[in-house]
Amino acid sequence: MEETKYNFDVVRWFAIMAVVYLVVGTLVGTYIASELAWPFLNFDIAEITFGRLRPLHTNAVIFAFGGCTLFATGFYSVQRTGSTSLWSPKMAWFTFWGWNLIIVAAVITLPLGITQSKEYAELEWPIDLAIAVVWLSFGLNFIMTVAKRKTSHIYVSNWFFMGMFVMITYLHVVNSLAIPVSLFKSYSVFSGVQDAMIQWWWGHNAVGFYLTAGFLGIMYYFVPKQANRPVFSYRLSVLHFWALMFGYVWLGAHHLQYTALPDWTGSLGAAVSLAMIIPSWGGAINGMMTLSGAWDKLRTDYILRFMIMSLAFYAMSTFEGPVMSSKTVNALSHYTDWTVGHVHSGALGWVAMVSAGALYHLVEKLWNTKMYSAKLVNVHFWTSTIGTVVYITAMWVSGIMQGLMWRDYDEFGTLTYTFAESVAAMHPYYAMRAIGGMIFWVGGVIMLYNVIMTIRQASAQRSSSAAAATA
Amino acid sequence: MAEKIYSTKLQDKAERNVFVMFVLLMVLLSVGGLVEIVPLFYLDETMEHNKHPEIVWQGNVAAADRKPISVANFKVGDSITWKPGDGIRPYTALEQAGRDVYVREGCYLCHSQMVRPFRDEAERYGHYSLASESMYDHPFQWGSKRTGPDLARVGGKYSNEWHLQHLMGPRTVVPESVMPNYPWLAENTVDGEALKSHMKGLRMIGVPYTDADIEAAAKVDGVREVDALIAYLQVLGTMADLKEGVDYRE
Repeated sequence: MEETKYNFDVVRWFAIMAVVYLVVGTLVGTYIASELAWPFLNFDIAEITFGRLRPLHTNAVIFAFGGCTLFATGFYSVQRTGSTSLWSPKMAWFTFWGWNLIIVAAVITLPLGITQSKEYAELEWPIDLAIAVVWLSFGLNFIMTVAKRKTSHIYVSNWFFMGMFVMITYLHVVNSLAIPVSLFKSYSVFSGVQDAMIQWWWGHNAVGFYLTAGFLGIMYYFVPKQANRPVFSYRLSVLHFWALMFGYVWLGAHHLQYTALPDWTGSLGAAVSLAMIIPSWGGAINGMMTLSGAWDKLRTDYILRFMIMSLAFYAMSTFEGPVMSSKTVNALSHYTDWTVGHVHSGALGWVAMVSAGALYHLVEKLWNTKMYSAKLVNVHFWTSTIGTVVYITAMWVSGIMQGLMWRDYDEFGTLTYTFAESVAAMHPYYAMRAIGGMIFWVGGVIMLYNVIMTIRQASAQRSSSAAAATA
Repeated sequence: MAEKIYSTKLQDKAERNVFVMFVLLMVLLSVGGLVEIVPLFYLDETMEHNKHPEIVWQGNVAAADRKPISVANFKVGDSITWKPGDGIRPYTALEQAGRDVYVREGCYLCHSQMVRPFRDEAERYGHYSLASESMYDHPFQWGSKRTGPDLARVGGKYSNEWHLQHLMGPRTVVPESVMPNYPWLAENTVDGEALKSHMKGLRMIGVPYTDADIEAAAKVDGVREVDALIAYLQVLGTMADLKEGVDYRE
């Protein structure tokens, strides 16, 4: 019935791969976190040193896990909200295979040191070209599916997906402009200060559009669905959508405060960053208040728990972000682990947890069953929450401590600590961070197990009911 | 109909027609980037050497007319026509080979190359960094994290022998270090032909290499990667002779 109306096969595969990449990406993250605590783990093997694996970690979690989640949820919700099938199911399969091949290429090239060295955009130019083509195939398919919808208005989740599509296209094309000198090597056409500004315009908006706008799109479809309530406020969604779209673009400059970037650019970025707390919280409030009158569901619905906790982390880290972009705080926090902690409160607490919620919801809908074990969903919820809290607490302490140690003076007016002393002081927090990451990773493994068992259970049910029907 | 109650006309139109929304997004999303990025390419104040031309080596000579930076010597500090402090210049073939290694190993993920204008950073690292100092840096390597110290002015602070030992086993010289060992850098060697094509590529995007600069790449062929990397580290921050008391930036 539904199966003939919608194209769900490709969605199923994106959903499965998202869970697989969640496990892989956080495993690499846990490993490199451990390398910083116990450097012998580099084992003198070039391919697994921190400098080569760190880009693999960021690319795996952002583009492999985040990307597959976005494609699964995007292709699913665009069909459901428009009450129509995909514009081109074939193109969706092209997106699936293309994206996964790109991920394989990343797994091979990044450990070999084939990199453009632009953070979160390290992949070399042939892969960049492939990303552009596959990304456009997703965007075109998505927009044309919206265009052929059977409903009168475009649902809010689709606005966010479209905003993400347009902005990521801009960012990827401009930031990746490079002159190839061989198949595996190219140089950015920009240099120095311009290159830095373009990189962080990309860097912050990879977060702002890929990991925020896209995942707000997920939130706007899956939270109301799971809670079985309408979105709290349509008016709020309109206002915060346009404010977020317009404002986020400006924030990159706050990554370059007090650097050789002209002061006007950094200050402008910081000023808009402060203002961004309003649209960010608009989204968080809209999501959380969708539950008003149904809060009791949190007691029994573990999937909903993921979504609400993710919104709490989203609200927290979008408060923290503007604080860190203010010049006074940035002078202390920049270059320290605090930044790393901030990213992970967003990435683990918001992105990964809203994804887990949406993916559990998807698995139940797509395989037309209940999760194999609700208890394991709950265990995953608690491992995710505890892992994230352990991680970010460690980074808050180490980050602020680094910042204070670097600028500390003794009574004779000389620097109190050598840099090496500050590195030594980080050891317990780096160990704690690795443990936090490991706890989070264990949650991912539990999810993968639960999803696999759910799918097996569903196919067993299907074959037994088919057998019953023929008998 | 409920859907008409809250919408403005434009919002309603955008919600009914995907292409209207698409175009609105395309316009709106381009503003911030245009305002923040485009002026950096033409505002004179962005690059300090517009006001202080002396910080760029032979800054007023066209690339074709200027002397080659050096003959490709394998020892650091042997450059013939340029001395540290003479001004910002493109990297020599040897240094560029080292920079390629620096990028490949992901050094920028733990080391910044950007000294901020604070008292503690001045004492720890030196004069604050200028935009002009990375004018030939494709791509920039300012970094975003200091798991290790800033390297913008590491040039000349340690001997080549110290760097070699540090790269082979960081904890043999700095016990607290969490840096990996890089033994393979002493085994791998620079490919002169590849380096030549790299420098030609850089010239196409504006690095003013002379033919002689690029020819020198051939002489770097076979040098150990670690020596190239050390040559790069030793030139960092030493090019411009920045004077105390001169305001290079506001």
